[in-house]
Amino acid sequence: MKKLNHELSLKKLPKTPTGIQGFDEITGGGLPKGRPILVCGGAGCGKTLFAIEFLVRGATEFNEPGVFMSFEETNEELTVNVASLGFDLEDLIRRKKLILDHVHIERSEIEETGEYDLEALFIRLGYAIDSIGAKRVVLDTIESLFAGLPNQLILRAELRRLFRWLKDKGVTAIITGEKGDEKLTRQGLEEYVSDCVIMLDHRVNEQTSTRRLRIVKYRGSIHGTNEYPFLIDETGFSVLPVTSLGLKHIVSNERVSSGILALDKMLEGKGYYRGSTVLVSGTAGVGKTSIAAHFAEAACKRGERVLYFCFEESPNQLIRNMLSIGIDLEPWVEKGVLLFHATRPTLYGLEMHLAVTHKAVNAFKPDIVILDPINTFVISDKEFEIKTMLMRIVDFLKASQITALFTSLTSSEGSLESSEAGISSLIDTWILLRDIELSGERNRGMYVLKSRGMANSNQIREFMLTDHGVELREAYIGSKGVLTGSARIAQEAKESAELLIRKKDIERKKREIEQKRNTLNAQVSALHFKFESEESEAIKMIEIEQDQIKRLNQDKLEMAESRHADSENIKSINAKKTK
Amino acid sequence: MTIKKENSAKKIRVEKQVETTNDLWVLRLYVAGQTPKALTAFTNLKKICEEQLNGEYSIEVIDLLRNPQLGADDQIFALPTLVRKLPVPVRKIIGDLSNTERVLVGLDLLPVNNL
Repeated sequence: MKKLNHELSLKKLPKTPTGIQGFDEITGGGLPKGRPILVCGGAGCGKTLFAIEFLVRGATEFNEPGVFMSFEETNEELTVNVASLGFDLEDLIRRKKLILDHVHIERSEIEETGEYDLEALFIRLGYAIDSIGAKRVVLDTIESLFAGLPNQLILRAELRRLFRWLKDKGVTAIITGEKGDEKLTRQGLEEYVSDCVIMLDHRVNEQTSTRRLRIVKYRGSIHGTNEYPFLIDETGFSVLPVTSLGLKHIVSNERVSSGILALDKMLEGKGYYRGSTVLVSGTAGVGKTSIAAHFAEAACKRGERVLYFCFEESPNQLIRNMLSIGIDLEPWVEKGVLLFHATRPTLYGLEMHLAVTHKAVNAFKPDIVILDPINTFVISDKEFEIKTMLMRIVDFLKASQITALFTSLTSSEGSLESSEAGISSLIDTWILLRDIELSGERNRGMYVLKSRGMANSNQIREFMLTDHGVELREAYIGSKGVLTGSARIAQEAKESAELLIRKKDIERKKREIEQKRNTLNAQVSALHFKFESEESEAIKMIEIEQDQIKRLNQDKLEMAESRHADSENIKSINAKKTK
Repeated sequence: MTIKKENSAKKIRVEKQVETTNDLWVLRLYVAGQTPKALTAFTNLKKICEEQLNGEYSIEVIDLLRNPQLGADDQIFALPTLVRKLPVPVRKIIGDLSNTERVLVGLDLLPVNNL
């Protein structure tokens, strides 16, 4: 089996990595090794930059020296032009990694007489290739020859020979060509270069421009066929591979705090899942950014890195505003764990935003990404495009295990949920903020609309912005529905007053009973006392009575003795006495 | 006659031009090896020079196969190419110089017999 695999891999088309971000992913490894590649497109679409980056990356990253043969720009112009991308051509030339050769063709200086060929071009190119052992060649733009040389027959024959010769040389060559009216290139170069054709495009749609790249053909290799947005910025070219993303990202059971204790409590007391996508939506001024700022601050405190894209406020404004609710983000910015990325959504098209996001995330490597807000992208009714773009962002962030928080402004008319139906399926945890208008006031309510994979609270909480951050209050829910703000406070006051009265009532009752008990006890003891005194009196009387009876008997006995009465009588009297 | 290089026995030699100061016309012919086109071009050039330039010229033949690095200096891309170094401005004539009239136009010359 292993051997078979090996054999298969041998048969595969060998590829030359370009080193251009994302491009190698969509082509499955780069450009076809040792073959000419046509890069075509309109003016200013980045053909030359693509080509020069191919050479520079080759020289710096893959140790493949290159030759750049320019038919348009002079060496000096080229060096200056690409210095803005951070490419130091002079250094590469000094290190014998690169040769720039400018072929200057000036029609007015040239007279044609009779037969000729372009052998000198071959010799120059061959000499340059051999002198540094070049593996990569760029011809930019060879079509200039058509302007300089009137004899098209010779030219076309020579071009065919040139591309054949390049193949024989075994160099990977990029040939750039200007876009034609109906053909890919103005002079039909695709006729000669047929192994791989890449089309660059620079389109302006609704005043925003988007650069796109498409692989028109690639013989002997599978490749992505979509149009891929790409970006040219200070670090060069980057292509955004969008379809290479699947739904196969790993998931985490780890939870991250939202930064608001009460909100965490609503989410099983733990917060969001790491790597999940959180949407905070609501009408204007309900505190979406505040929730985002809390989340950012909490993450920074945990030592995580946060990338904050703001599309409405400048970073400084945001920091100032958040300070008013007691969130100080500035130290984290200074520490370098929090990075603001502020752009107007209208600055460039959706794809460009996507590419910029992609790039910024790759560069900063954050744990948490905040997009505030996402719906400013909606310039017109391009809902589908926005959805695909968000889907790409969500997928990309999920694949990199980054927790994302988006805020979204919903218009007050219409249902809050349905207006966002387009993206709701992408969202794991959806927090809805809404204003509740009641008795001449506008207050904020908050609830968790959905939260995948956890038992979230279903309650509406009142959401308050205080000088020490966001606070959530249990909303009053009574017969009149949910009461918020002063209505809630009034209701609460009323309730607490009632409670107080009831409490006092009870206390009074308690006191009464106590008093009654006391009176009863007093009465009982008085009766007791009375009884005792009566009892003792009675005992005394009884004793007196007995004394009297005793004395009477004594007297009787004494009298009987003195009279010498019947002895039996005395005996009975004595017996009585002893008793 | 100050032809410094001779097409002796169909052999094109390359020699460094030393005494250019006296020559009104300094011409350089770029070729790559002894191809038929190169030989034709040299023959044609010599003929034109002899007829038109009154001896005040020098021709330098450069073989790019031997000295490929020289091609870039004069911005040579086609072969054969005749470069008029002096008098300025520099003019280039590509091809085997078979059309004398066009060569003269290219050299900014009018045929002698027309003068």
